[in-house]
Amino acid sequence: MSDTYDTPDTRDMLDRTRQGVIGKPLDRPEGPLKVAGTATYAAEYVRENCAEGVLVGATISTGRVKKIHRDLVMAMPGVLGVYSSERMLRRAAQGTAGEAPEQDVSKVDFPMQPVALVVAETFEQATNAAKALQIDYDDQSGDAQFMPQDVDAEPAADPITAGDLDRAMRDAAHSVDLAFTTPGHASAAMEPHAAIAEWDGRDLTLWGSLQMLTYNVAELADSLGIDPKHVHLLSPYVGGGFGSKLGISHEAVAAAIAAKELDRPVRVVMSRQQVFQSIMRRSETEQRIRLGCGTDGRLTAFGHEALVSNLPGEEFSEPVTQASEFLYAGENRLLAVRKSDITRLTAGSVRAPGEAVGMQALEVAMDELAEAAGIDPVELRKRNLPDEVPGEGTPYSSRRLVEALDAGAAAFGWNKRSAKPCARREGEWWIGMGVASAARVNILAKAEARVTLTADGHVIVETDHTDIGTGSYAILGQVAAEMLGQPIDRTTVRLGDSRLPSGAGSGGSWGASSTGSAVFLACEAIRATLAQALGCASDDLLLQDGKAWAEGVEPRPVTDLLSEDLTRTGKIEPGKLMEKVNQSTYGAFFCEVAVNAFTGETRIRRMTGAFGFGRVLNAKTARSQCIGGMVWGIGSALTEELAFDSRDGHLVNHDLGEYHVPVHADIPDMEVILLEERDPHASPIQAKGVGELGICGAAGAVANAIYNACGVRLHDFPMTPDKLLADLPDPFAPAA
Amino acid sequence: MAQRPAARLSVNGQSHEYHGDPRRSLLDVLRLDLGLTGTKKGCDHGQCGACTVIVNGRRINSCLTLAVMHDEDEITTIEGIGTPDALSTLQAAFVAHDGFQCGYCTPGQICSATAMIEEIRQGWPSAVTADPADKPAVAEAEIRERMSGNLCRCGAYDNILAAIRDAMAQTEAAR
Repeated sequence: MSDTYDTPDTRDMLDRTRQGVIGKPLDRPEGPLKVAGTATYAAEYVRENCAEGVLVGATISTGRVKKIHRDLVMAMPGVLGVYSSERMLRRAAQGTAGEAPEQDVSKVDFPMQPVALVVAETFEQATNAAKALQIDYDDQSGDAQFMPQDVDAEPAADPITAGDLDRAMRDAAHSVDLAFTTPGHASAAMEPHAAIAEWDGRDLTLWGSLQMLTYNVAELADSLGIDPKHVHLLSPYVGGGFGSKLGISHEAVAAAIAAKELDRPVRVVMSRQQVFQSIMRRSETEQRIRLGCGTDGRLTAFGHEALVSNLPGEEFSEPVTQASEFLYAGENRLLAVRKSDITRLTAGSVRAPGEAVGMQALEVAMDELAEAAGIDPVELRKRNLPDEVPGEGTPYSSRRLVEALDAGAAAFGWNKRSAKPCARREGEWWIGMGVASAARVNILAKAEARVTLTADGHVIVETDHTDIGTGSYAILGQVAAEMLGQPIDRTTVRLGDSRLPSGAGSGGSWGASSTGSAVFLACEAIRATLAQALGCASDDLLLQDGKAWAEGVEPRPVTDLLSEDLTRTGKIEPGKLMEKVNQSTYGAFFCEVAVNAFTGETRIRRMTGAFGFGRVLNAKTARSQCIGGMVWGIGSALTEELAFDSRDGHLVNHDLGEYHVPVHADIPDMEVILLEERDPHASPIQAKGVGELGICGAAGAVANAIYNACGVRLHDFPMTPDKLLADLPDPFAPAA
Repeated sequence: MAQRPAARLSVNGQSHEYHGDPRRSLLDVLRLDLGLTGTKKGCDHGQCGACTVIVNGRRINSCLTLAVMHDEDEITTIEGIGTPDALSTLQAAFVAHDGFQCGYCTPGQICSATAMIEEIRQGWPSAVTADPADKPAVAEAEIRERMSGNLCRCGAYDNILAAIRDAMAQTEAAR
């Protein structure tokens, strides 16, 4: 069954089915394997005679490789080969590229770019030889630019303009004109990039850690110059992605090339440092936000401009103003992103590209405008939700932002907040509260899935979709079990094998709604066949616990209707609804912080998030996505920052000891409110994405709480103690 | 003459003789030589905790120690804590509370928490224990502090804490 999604499916099908598993907080079916350590990740497959490869990074910033002194390391114990070829990757592929990224490692685009692979019998031998490998370079770093401010930036896209922003700012009763900076971020998925490559004649099997197999097959085949039909990818378990495994990367292509040459399996696992140094970074940003409103708090001026960076030749630019296009009103507008081409590692998608850094700045600006206008920050947001997308006239599908703000405020106890900073002190800690809206675009992506109802009443769901921790194994099974009226323990989900039908892949928060809809459509086709066998109309068919019936038709075991396994494929493609209706996701964050009056250290005391993202497919895994996003928001607010050397562009803090992701001690109790809604414009299962929404604005709530606590406004993330310290009030003064 | 083993390891109650490269970390011996891939390599530098195993009752980062340093040691990995069909109380609590997402840090979190619970029970102080001479409270701040060597990029901390507390309560009740 195929469907270009042009008309909203308003049948509420999953509310009329009887099994009662959709939306329920069921445990992940693969959970026992993960907690027992038997889920198998990319590097963990046992292949006989597997050699070990270690990548070598360039020690110059840009230039060319002149000579690789292979002979010295080839003489070292166990060394099998040193590879450095035209087909090896200089850069990782961007998400959904579907073709090879920049190849040929005789050129160097950025510091520590992989330029060679050393393969040996053992990991220790390969590591030792990789360290010993000497390479002569033609160093052209003298011509390179390393700082985004030092080059002429070009518009990343046409700016969005309406009215006269400058004049509206002059005429506004209240206004703010603010400059923000956010640093680069790393995905830092816990599993480093890894691949095992093995050839059988012309056929390549590669066990990899990848998010989007359909695209990855095309990228790998194009990189190797072979037909995609000879590439078989396996990625059933992925130790986190967050954008870093959207596209094929250095290790996979290098492993495949070496395995071909050596005629034996080769494993390449990138070190933690190499992942930091050569896989995607989120671009740093400079942002200017101008907001102006009347005495009633209604926005008349809305300006959001940003400067981001990438390597020369990369099209991707962090879409900083993405949510600013649709979130708030303001008839006089300017939204613009410019991009500098500089010599730092490739910039690409890191969880919630755009909103992750755009929203945190915007939500601080909204807080400052609220203060200037003397309006409660929750109320200011509620007053500025437009009826249609400003400048476009596009209607909204569903938008539970008011409910999110109200429900979040009530649960959090927002009414206990003092409007004035420095009003609450506990010992040496200033205590404050902050709020921010959450907003993120929603995307339906092309997806295909196969569902089988076996003759003995089991449900099997198959797609090359991945589960990167998002809950795909759980929710795809729930959709199928619900539609086919079978208990969840009679449902099996098979993922992460490129020979299965093309799922949407995990990225852009679109996996659940897109691949879930493909599963739904496959199940609809199975239901049609069952209805025919039962002798009723498809819409009248009732299925529950393995029984089929309809009004006036006696219940029969479904297995009585089946003479053999019944297999159907469902396909969905985005259609006109993506253009005609804005289908974004929304929410609100409430945060309480304590700021140390003497040291400027910030501790998060509690955090509440309320989110509306269409139908909740599994309340447990959806909540986990939300708290995960909020943890990222806390990291972005307080600790995460890629530091680049201004002299040569190298990444200074290239490991988890120096790039500080939040740890247990940084994270308080978290409360998540899931606002049930149905969005028939977004997908037939009326679901939207939730994988990224929990970040989008979260750091703004933290920043606003810091101001409310101690009266210090910072515009440079992360808000580390050194930045707060200079402006902290007298720690011995009594609370205001 | 039989080669003298570089180390005799007892792993999950089974003895193994390690004859290989003395440069090999305990982590790589577990993963590559013994096929015990439940122990994960996240950073190879002792920064993430994914490789946590229990050696002679104490949790350590197995990437920061060489296998040959563990002659005669008793090593417990995630595979020795429970199996998918027979999960430990803590492992089952991780499933019930969704104390993981991608699952890559999870064996380390569970090995770490298994040993951590015992450390609290035996009265070992931590950086947040008010008076090191006192028995530490079984409080959230204690657990968060003691688990902070185990990173989870999916951000499942709130659920991990709930799982640990649940397992501790179940174990106490059964005592």
